[in-house]
Amino acid sequence: MSKHNLFYFAKEGAYNMFSHGFMSFAAVGITVACLLIMGTFTLVAVNANAMLAELESQNQMLAFVDKNLSEEEARAMEKDLLAIDNVTGVEFISNAEAAEAFRGRYEDDELFQLPDENFRHRYAVDLKDIGRMAQTKAELEALPGIGRGNVNAYEDEAAGFITIRNVAGVVCVVLIAVLFLVSVFIIANTIKLTTFDRRDEIAIMKMVGATNGFIRWPFVYEGFLLGVFSAVIGFFLQWGLYEAVARSVASNDTINLISVVPFEEMYTYVAVIFAAAGMLIGVGGSLSAIRKFLQV
Amino acid sequence: MIRLTDVVKEYPNGTHALNGLSMEIQDGEFVFMVGPSGSGKSTVIKLLIGEIEPSEGRVMVNGFSLRNIKEWQIPHMRRTVGVIFQDFRLIEHKNVYDNMVFAMRAVGAGPKEIKKRIPYCLNLVGLENKGRRLPSELSGGEQQRVAIARALLNNPSTIIADEPTGNLDPSRSLEIMRLLERINALGTTVLVVTHEKDLVNRFDKRVVMLERGRVVSDGKGWYGGRTL
Repeated sequence: MSKHNLFYFAKEGAYNMFSHGFMSFAAVGITVACLLIMGTFTLVAVNANAMLAELESQNQMLAFVDKNLSEEEARAMEKDLLAIDNVTGVEFISNAEAAEAFRGRYEDDELFQLPDENFRHRYAVDLKDIGRMAQTKAELEALPGIGRGNVNAYEDEAAGFITIRNVAGVVCVVLIAVLFLVSVFIIANTIKLTTFDRRDEIAIMKMVGATNGFIRWPFVYEGFLLGVFSAVIGFFLQWGLYEAVARSVASNDTINLISVVPFEEMYTYVAVIFAAAGMLIGVGGSLSAIRKFLQV
Repeated sequence: MIRLTDVVKEYPNGTHALNGLSMEIQDGEFVFMVGPSGSGKSTVIKLLIGEIEPSEGRVMVNGFSLRNIKEWQIPHMRRTVGVIFQDFRLIEHKNVYDNMVFAMRAVGAGPKEIKKRIPYCLNLVGLENKGRRLPSELSGGEQQRVAIARALLNNPSTIIADEPTGNLDPSRSLEIMRLLERINALGTTVLVVTHEKDLVNRFDKRVVMLERGRVVSDGKGWYGGRTL
C-alpha cells in the first residue's frame, strides 16, 4: 500500500466516523459497555482464580508413617516423598508435635489429653495439581513405610475447587464470546449506516474500476478507530471501577478478608486485551458491514 | 474491441432479456444502440461493464472474456471502459475537481498523475474554469460534461454512454453528442445507447437496433441498415 493511499484511507476513515457523529458515539458507548462487562467478569475470574490458587496451596494431604519406624527412619523418607512428580513440598511432623497440637485444641477436655505414643509421625504434603490428588495418594501409599490406607486426602473438597474453577472459566468464556459478538454486531450496524449513506460513492468507485480492497479500507479504518477509542475509554473506566471496588472491599469489615489482586499487577495485560478486543470488534464489524455493498 | 456472440441472458425471475444476441464493435468505432423499452439495451450495458454475467454465449470487452472472468479481474476490465449515465452520478457534496480526484484516487492514481490528467480532461470537455463549482451550480449539460470528463480520466479505450442526453434539452443533447463524436475522433471507441431518433439521424453513424433481445437492424441511420 502506497504512502498516499494510506493517508487517503486514514482521512476517509476519520471523515466517515465524524460525519456520523451520533452513531459513532453510540457505537463507542455500547462497545465500551461491552468491554467493561467483559473486563469486569475477567477480572472477577482472575481474582477468583487467585483465591482458589491460594486455597489450593493450603489443601494438603497427610501421609502417616508406619508406627514401627523410628523418628530418624521416618525423617529419612522425605526424599522418597519429594521424588513423586506432583509433590511440591513436604513438612515432617513428629508424633510429639502432632500430639501437642491435638492436646492444645482440646485443652479443656481431660478425655483428649492423650500421650505422644498414641500418635504417629506424619508428613504434610503440598501438591502441584489437586486434580491429580487420587493418583498422588496411590503413589504415596505405595511407598514402604506408609502403606495403604495411611494417607488422608480431601478428594471431595479438591473436586469442589476444581468444579468452581471450571464453571467460573466456562461462564467467563461464554459471556466474553456473547458480548464480543454483540459489540461486533453494533459496530457492523454503525458502519452499515455509513456505507448505506455512501452507497452512491461506492457505486462510482466500482464503476471506474476500484478494487474491493481499495473500497473496503476506509471503512475498515473507521471500524479500527471506533474500536481503539472504545478500548482507551474502556480501559480507564475499568481501572477506575476496579480501584473503587478494591477500596470498598478493603474498607468493609465483613468482606475485607477477600484479597483483591492490585490493578497495577494486571494493567499491562488489561490494556493489551482491551486494545486487541477493541480492534478486533471494530475491524470485524466493518468487514461484515461492507461485504454486502461490494457485491456489485 | 467489443464482441457479443450468441449471448443469452435469463434473469433469476425467468425474464429472457437477451435471446442469442450477436454484435461486434471494432476499435475506434462510433455506434448508436437503439431499441424500445425491454429490448435488452440495459442488459447489454450491464454485461459490458461486468455487472452481470451472460447465461450463455461469449462477451469480450477490450481483451477480457466476461463469461468466466475472475472477480479480481473485473476492476481492471472496468478501467478500460468509461461509463456515462443519464443521471450523471456525480457526488453532490464534492466540487467538480474533487469529483474527478475521487475517481482517480479510486484506481490508485498518485498526486502527480492527478494534477496532470484532471486539467487535461476538463479542458477537453470545455469546463477548465468550473473546477471549483459544485454539481448543483452547473446546468444539466455541464454536469454531463463533467461525467464525460470523469469517464475519460483513466484513459479508457471505450466509452459507453447510457442515455446520456435523457435529461437534457435538444440543444444541450446535440452539444453532448458532438463532444462524444470529438472524443471518438481522438481514437476512443464510443457506444451510445439512446432512443432519440432525431438526434441519431443527425449523425451519419452505425446504428444497431435491438428488439426482444436480438439485433434486428445494423447499419447507417435509424432503420437505415440491413435487416437481419
